[in-house]
Amino acid sequence: MTSIEPAGTNPPVRIIDTTLRDGSHAVSHSFTIQQVADISRALDSASVPIIEVTHGDGLAGSSFNYGFSAVRDIDLVAAAAESVTKAKIAVLLLPGLGTVADLREAHAAGARMARVATHSTEADVSIQHFRAARDLGMETAGFLMLSHRTAPAQLAQQARIMADAGCQCVYVVDSAGALLPEGVRTRVDALVQELGDDALVGFHGHQNLSMGVANSVEAYRAGARSIDGTLRALGAGAGNTPTEVLVSVFDALGIPTGVNVEAALAAAEEVLAPIVTRMPVMDRSSIVQGRYGVYNSFLLHAERAAVRYGVPAHQILRRVGEAGYVGGQEDMIIDVAIELAGLQRQAAEHNERVPA
Amino acid sequence: MDHSPRPIAAIVGPGNIGTDLLIKLQRSAALDVRYMIGVDPASDGLRRARDLGVETSAGGVDWLLEQDVLPDVVFEATSAKAHEANALRYRDAGIAAVDLTPAAVGPFVCPAVNLDNYLAADDGNAPNINMITCGGQATIPIVAAISRITPVPYAEIVASISSRSAGPGTRANIDEFTETTAHAIQSVGGATRGKAIIILNPVEPPMVMRDTVFAAIGADVDQDAITESIHRMVAAVQQYVPGYRLKSEPQFEDPRPDWDGNGRVAVFLEVTGNGDYLPEWAGNLDIMTAAAARAGEQLALAWALTRPAATTQKEQVAAK
Repeated sequence: MTSIEPAGTNPPVRIIDTTLRDGSHAVSHSFTIQQVADISRALDSASVPIIEVTHGDGLAGSSFNYGFSAVRDIDLVAAAAESVTKAKIAVLLLPGLGTVADLREAHAAGARMARVATHSTEADVSIQHFRAARDLGMETAGFLMLSHRTAPAQLAQQARIMADAGCQCVYVVDSAGALLPEGVRTRVDALVQELGDDALVGFHGHQNLSMGVANSVEAYRAGARSIDGTLRALGAGAGNTPTEVLVSVFDALGIPTGVNVEAALAAAEEVLAPIVTRMPVMDRSSIVQGRYGVYNSFLLHAERAAVRYGVPAHQILRRVGEAGYVGGQEDMIIDVAIELAGLQRQAAEHNERVPA
Repeated sequence: MDHSPRPIAAIVGPGNIGTDLLIKLQRSAALDVRYMIGVDPASDGLRRARDLGVETSAGGVDWLLEQDVLPDVVFEATSAKAHEANALRYRDAGIAAVDLTPAAVGPFVCPAVNLDNYLAADDGNAPNINMITCGGQATIPIVAAISRITPVPYAEIVASISSRSAGPGTRANIDEFTETTAHAIQSVGGATRGKAIIILNPVEPPMVMRDTVFAAIGADVDQDAITESIHRMVAAVQQYVPGYRLKSEPQFEDPRPDWDGNGRVAVFLEVTGNGDYLPEWAGNLDIMTAAAARAGEQLALAWALTRPAATTQKEQVAAK
C-alpha cells in the first residue's frame, strides 16, 4: 500500500467527470443540448481534464431496453466538445450494444477518449473496439463492470486482455456500489501489479453503501491514478462518487488533482443543482443493490416495473441480484416482475381458499 | 412411400456446432449425411464423426470436391472467411450451401419465416442461404409474427447468452452480431428499423438462452390478433426447436410520447437446447444447428428436384 506523503510529494491523480454519462441514468437520459453545454463549460472552467458524455449505457444506448435519449448522444458529444476549451470529451461504449461505427461517429463529433466497458469476466469482447479507438487516435480506458463479482487475480487477467488490446487505463468499476475498502484495495493492487507501466489503473465508485469517496481514496493508496466522479453524485442507483467532494478530500490529503476545488463546488451548486430536480438517494432499493451487488442502472427500471406489476422494487432488485444478471440485462427486470407478480397472485389466491 | 435416394449431405467444420448438427441430421434421417470435413487430422470432431459412422477427411474442401459422390448440400460450420472462399466452389460443383457463419454470401433465412422463398433455384445455380445469427433465429420469428398483423416501425431484440456458449469468433467480432441481426430484423422480420443487443452472462451454473423482443406498434392495434400470431409462430418454431418457448404472455404497453407516440409489445423467450451434443443451456447454439438442419433438409430436397440435368447424372452415379 502506498502511504500518503506530505503535500508536494504525492503523485497526481486524474479526475474524470461522468455527470453527463452515468448521471444520464438518474435523469432517464433527458439531458438537453443546453444542459450539456452548461455543465461541460462549468467542468472545463474547473479544469476537470476529461468529461464523459453519452447515454448512460454508452453509445447507441438509446433504446426500449435502456430508455430513449431525449437528444442523440452524438449531438450531445458535439455540444460538449464545442463548449470546452481544455477538457477532453470521452464516450462510453458497451460491446454488444455500441459498435465501432458508433465510435467513429462519436470521434467525428469531437470525442477524443473511448471508454470501453465489459462485464468483469468478458474483457475479450472489447479488443476490436480498443483497436479501432487507437486507430482513430483516441485515448482509451477500459471498464471492468461489477468488479466485486470477480476475484482480484481473475480481474487482473481481464485487465491484461484490455491492456494488450490497446487500453491505456483499466478501471475497477464498482457498478453496484458493493465494494468495501478492502475489496477495492486488493483489486486495484492486483491490477497495478499485473499492468506495471503498461497501463494506468482507475476506480469508478458508487454510493450505495456510502463508500464512494472512501473507496476512491483507498484506490489511490493502492495505486489507482484515475478516479471517476459526478457532480452532486448524480448517477445510477444511489449515485456516484461526488466529484466536488472527491476533489475536496484529495485537496485535504495533499494529493494533486489539477482541479480547481472552488470552481468544482460552484459547478455542483450553481450549475448542476438547478438543472436536476430529483437527486439519487441512498434508499431501501439502492442499499439493497449495494448489498446484493445489483447493477446500479437497474434501479429506475425496477421502480417502473414495480408500479406496472404491483411488486416492490427492492424485491425485484434482490431477485435480480440472486439470479446473477449483469449490466445490460434490463429486460430481465420486467421478466422478474411478472414472475413475482404471479407468485404474489398465487399466494393471495391460496390465502383466500385457506381460512386463517 | 417415396423410395428415391435421400439427398447427400456434408458438414464442413467438425467443431461443436458441426458435431451437434451431425447428430440432428442423423436423427431426422431426411438426408444421407455422408461426410464430415476438417483440416486438422488430430481433430476431436473428426474422431467423433467417425464414431458416428460418417466418412471423414482432414483434407478440407479440396478433398470433398474430389470425391466421386458429391454431396447435394453442404453445411458450412467454419468461419466467415472460409465460407467466402468456399461459396463459389460449392456453387460451381452444383452443391447447395447452408452457411452457419457470418459470411452471409446468400440471403438471410429463418425457417419459420422465409425459407419457402429460397427453395426454388430460379437461375439454375445451386442455392446458398445464410442462417443469420443465434439471436436472429430466436427473435426474428416474433418480429415477423407482429409485423404480419400490424406495421412495426421499430423492433429491438436483446439476446442474453451464457458466456461459456460464446466462442472466440463471436467474441472477436461482436459488432458483427449486432449489425447482422439488426439488418435481418428489418429484411426478414419486417420492421422498418431494427436494433440488436447481445449480453454475455458468466453466472454458474450457466443461464439458459433468453431473448426479449420489443416492438413499437400503433396505438389502435388489435392486441389479441398480435398475441394469437405470436403463439402461432412459437408453435411453428417449436417444430424444429422443441425447447423454444414464451416465458410469459406478450406484454402490451400504452403509447408514450418518448416512443414517438407508439405503444409497445414486449415478448420474453427462453431457448433450451436439445442437449444433442451441446449442453441444454446453450440454446443459442442449438437454435442455429436446429434451424440449419431444418433449412438444409428442405433446401436439399428442393434442389435435388430442380437442379439441371448435368448434375443429376452425378446424383445417379451417387445413388449406385
